[in-house]
Amino acid sequence: MALADAILRAVPGAAATEYSSTGVPSVEVASSSIIEVLRFLRDDPAHAYTALIDITAIDHTADEGAFHVVYVLRSPKHRAKLIVKARVPAADPRVPSATVLWKAADWAEREVWDMFGVRFDGHPNLRRILMYEPFEGHPLRKSYAYDRRQPLVEERDPIADPWPSRDRF
Amino acid sequence: MTTERERIGAEGRRAPISEVMEIQMGPSHPATHGTIKFNLVLDGESIQSCDTEIGYLHRGFEKMCEQGTWTQCIPYTDRLNYASPLINNFLFAEAVERMLGVTVPERCSYIRVILSEVSRIADHLTCLGMAAAELGAITVGFYTNEARELLYNINQDVTGARLTVSYGRVGGLARDLPLDFADRMGAALTKIRETLSDTEKLLERNRIFIDRMVGVGLMTPEDAVSYGLTGPLLRATGVKRDLRKDDPYMGYDRFDFDVPVGTKGDNFDRFSVRFEEIRQSMRIVEQALRTLPPGPVSIDDRTIVLPEKRDVYENIEGLMAQFKLVIEGIRVPAGEIYFAGEAANGELGFFIVSDGSGRPYRVRVRPPCFYGMGSVERMVKGYSVADLVATFGMVNMIGGECDR
Repeated sequence: MALADAILRAVPGAAATEYSSTGVPSVEVASSSIIEVLRFLRDDPAHAYTALIDITAIDHTADEGAFHVVYVLRSPKHRAKLIVKARVPAADPRVPSATVLWKAADWAEREVWDMFGVRFDGHPNLRRILMYEPFEGHPLRKSYAYDRRQPLVEERDPIADPWPSRDRF
Repeated sequence: MTTERERIGAEGRRAPISEVMEIQMGPSHPATHGTIKFNLVLDGESIQSCDTEIGYLHRGFEKMCEQGTWTQCIPYTDRLNYASPLINNFLFAEAVERMLGVTVPERCSYIRVILSEVSRIADHLTCLGMAAAELGAITVGFYTNEARELLYNINQDVTGARLTVSYGRVGGLARDLPLDFADRMGAALTKIRETLSDTEKLLERNRIFIDRMVGVGLMTPEDAVSYGLTGPLLRATGVKRDLRKDDPYMGYDRFDFDVPVGTKGDNFDRFSVRFEEIRQSMRIVEQALRTLPPGPVSIDDRTIVLPEKRDVYENIEGLMAQFKLVIEGIRVPAGEIYFAGEAANGELGFFIVSDGSGRPYRVRVRPPCFYGMGSVERMVKGYSVADLVATFGMVNMIGGECDR
């Protein structure tokens, strides 16, 4: 529990607990103190997780009523990687933005917003990135049916409405 | 005596020397190989800001992976970085194997390394050839395409397909290498060496090429790390980081190879790093071919790997194993993993969550060129529109991987 203790000493309100993940050190922290924790992990020379590799999320709304926001960090100095996880309630999913720490967080957080609808407070430009602006809903949520269609142009059934239709001539 | 221009200036009416122009480049532009849109704000020729729009090739990779079994994800991974699909196959399989806690046979690791490096060469050749062609050196494009063709032929011999290979399997490979693989590979490498030396002669003292690459798209090492860059883009800035060395997987620590780095972080460094990486990859392939051990290519576990066809037809256990695997899928224990390897464009990671059923609960792919595209604005700001073409070529965006 050395890592969790170190985080708790630096950020007392972080509620850090280590958990088991296959082969990768992982720690869960309170979502409100995520920025302080990430800043500590980045700047503390004993950890030096200087590279933000990825931000993603897991939809656990059905069983826990929460989204897990996952940060993957890498420390080139110690040749180590780390997963930091924060739970956010499904009713109002929001977490402070890590754009103050890494520029990579800009696009990564836009994608999590686009795909899961998790808001990142303080993000300078929280727009959709892969989907188009009029798109409704967040496709990687488990509640979004994989075969739901949102055509921008009305779809035509080629059997019921063959084109060019005969009566036009 | 004042001139006309000074008189207007004194009255506070500034003569419009240039005006800011907004221009949309893409989504289908002949100089951008890939569907992407740049919303540029230009002051004359120079780029003031560049808003990069991606997502035109979004096909819901991560969503679709949740709908099938673990094995059914493998064809989807082919369509991530389609210039080097084998690397995606192997890294996904490796991630699932680590969750299962199984180790593949030696021979399988060696074959995975060989074919990963072949894919890396093919990917780099695509990037270099296309980038050079976009700058006018179309001959180079033809030369590299010719060399890449040899590698695609090898892909075809081994996997049966040139692009949509689906050759990796959780727990091993679809089948062993063809018997004459080593000879064909050796012949291809000889030919690629010739092509590389021709290409180098065409470019290394080519005034137009050098002028358009050197000092263009500069990036500092600090910014490169902050933008999440990995692979050749990061190494071009002088940061020596390669997962094959730093966090070895698939037995890369068995082989002797160097990690080339740049000095300035401009487009020419990105080009040179990729060029040298091709040579290093060929070294790895040759070492692996010399020491390729005999033996099986898949683990012997019928809860993970499909049985031999003969067993399926001739005995009930084989038939049952086949049915269980195809219908229910591999039972991966509940948990999560982040596993990453060095793909041609950088760190390709899979963050995988299993709930213990036969289907993935979540498959997240960490695409290297997604973050590369995120840094394009930083790399093109202040340069001309023509430089955007060179810089974009060196980022080597592969739509399937960037947009998933």
